[in-house]
Amino acid sequence: MNAPLGTTGLILDEPLLWERGRPGRRGACLPPADVPPSPLDPELCGDGPDFPDLSEVDLVRHFTRLSTWNYGVDTGFYPLGSCTMKYNPKTHERQAALKGFAAAHPLLPASLCQGALQLIWELERDLAAITGMDAVSLQPAAGAHGELAGMLVIHAHHQHQGHQRAKIIIPDTAHGTNPASAALCGYRPVAVASGPEGVLEPAAIEAVMDEETAGIMVTNPNTLGLFETHIREIAAIVHAKGGLVYADGANLNAVMGIVDMAAIGVDVIHLNLHKTFATPHGGGGPGSGPICVRRQLEPYLPVPRVVKDGDQYHLETDRPLSIGRMGSFHGHFGVMVKAYSYIRSMGADGLRRASELAVLNANYLKEKLKQDFHLAYDRPCMHECVFSDRRQAPFKVTTLDMAKRLMDYGFHPPTIYFPLVVHGAIMIEPTETESKEDLDRFVTAMRAIAEEARTEPETVKSAPRYTKVRRLDEVTAARKPCLVG
Amino acid sequence: MKEINELNLPEDLRYADDHEWLRPLETAARIGISDYAQDQLGDIVYVELPAVGRQLAKGEEFGTVESVKAVSSLYMPVGGEVTAVNEQLAEAPELVNTDPYGQGWMIEVKVADPAEVDALMDRAAYLKALGG
Repeated sequence: MNAPLGTTGLILDEPLLWERGRPGRRGACLPPADVPPSPLDPELCGDGPDFPDLSEVDLVRHFTRLSTWNYGVDTGFYPLGSCTMKYNPKTHERQAALKGFAAAHPLLPASLCQGALQLIWELERDLAAITGMDAVSLQPAAGAHGELAGMLVIHAHHQHQGHQRAKIIIPDTAHGTNPASAALCGYRPVAVASGPEGVLEPAAIEAVMDEETAGIMVTNPNTLGLFETHIREIAAIVHAKGGLVYADGANLNAVMGIVDMAAIGVDVIHLNLHKTFATPHGGGGPGSGPICVRRQLEPYLPVPRVVKDGDQYHLETDRPLSIGRMGSFHGHFGVMVKAYSYIRSMGADGLRRASELAVLNANYLKEKLKQDFHLAYDRPCMHECVFSDRRQAPFKVTTLDMAKRLMDYGFHPPTIYFPLVVHGAIMIEPTETESKEDLDRFVTAMRAIAEEARTEPETVKSAPRYTKVRRLDEVTAARKPCLVG
Repeated sequence: MKEINELNLPEDLRYADDHEWLRPLETAARIGISDYAQDQLGDIVYVELPAVGRQLAKGEEFGTVESVKAVSSLYMPVGGEVTAVNEQLAEAPELVNTDPYGQGWMIEVKVADPAEVDALMDRAAYLKALGG
């Protein structure tokens, strides 16, 4: 199998703009000044920045050429585990661009932005219905910010109870940002190992939970793509000692409208609208990380709160127990419009079906690939599955090598070396938007790479071959970073 | 990645579950990470070490080691006061890869309880723990 599936053909070379520029070339000509010159204060003057002189076509071609080097979910399969890189329908971009939403000024009085406030109010209720929780704040700007907001709510709860606590339990299958979010609230993370089945065992929680522990931060489904089957029992142990259960909902794509978070004992959960609810991500934002809480924690939610009074909406800030503002204005409103549009266009049945297909696709890949790749936990998975490079170790071929080789076959590599509990992890999340044909193409590529690892390991170790640049020297880049152009 | 039988595990060192080694010196003990650990981590690009004078208990984190794959915590194989750190690693973290028991050492500690040193594994026990 030597014919790559997706990267032959024209790869356009492109120099830096500085190399393209020629003195005096320009993209637009200003008319001669018809007013007398008025010199600036000399203190404000100096040599201008070193910008190249370019024509319009120089600039357009430059950026168009660069864009052909990109690979995104609109280009092809993007199985980056733990990231939910699903295809986002374009209609939601369209709704977010509607002038009434996109051009609304955040300082408009409530009477002039009723539609925007109504959307926030209704989206809060939709997210509560999807998760089974009671109240929602859309303020947090992204996932880790939502984690922080959630932990601040837990901190405020314990403060209000009259006894602040010192620790927080975090399993080794939690998302990596969890310990940092808890530490920012002054809690010391206590690590707990998952059991032999890849999920938490109640006895392990029982052993560390005490009245100095604020609660547990659990990612469910966890980063092994496994559902925490003992979550109710674990929640009961934490609650019995006065602790609270924080759920990291970054993996909600596996369980939309299927798991009632309140019923399994969750007190606070954050969601990533930019993963699960139709905002493209991976480019640095903006995201949105709402938190959903049980009724007794609602007083602590960030202000302002959108309140419905008759058929009018307004903002309220007078909530004495609130943790305060988490950001300016209403949060990332454009992302909320896309989430609202997605939820309303899918409907309850559609969302549930999307999660079912995400889980089905992951299990399909798991079964198709487990002959060739070592499966860390051979049991039904949720939205993602985790392999390792153990079967390739005798040929000295690593996870990194195989990830690089996948690019030659025209696929974005999966997440690698995470979660840390699996040595040499290859974490694949196909999402619901991939067809069986696309999944089969990926399986063909992965199997071909497994075969290459056995028969021509050097091909894999020297990959990628067909990309714009070959393998990068990550070691030198990290040890001796060059931070100027 | 090395096979178990390719590992360099000196006889005169003690080893911890988390793959740190300890070399008893006259008044202190020197600590680093084993050949197995450096080989599993891959190319090390950054090492963060504690301040001299810090008191750390057995099992407490004394620093982190960052490879191109991941950031990993370093744990005290024994409790004690940090008396020296290997300043060279700031400029040359690759020493942990090339010479894990020599120039790639990390910290020296004044051991609080010698019994904790005795409780560490010898070469044979560590090799067994690695499955070799």
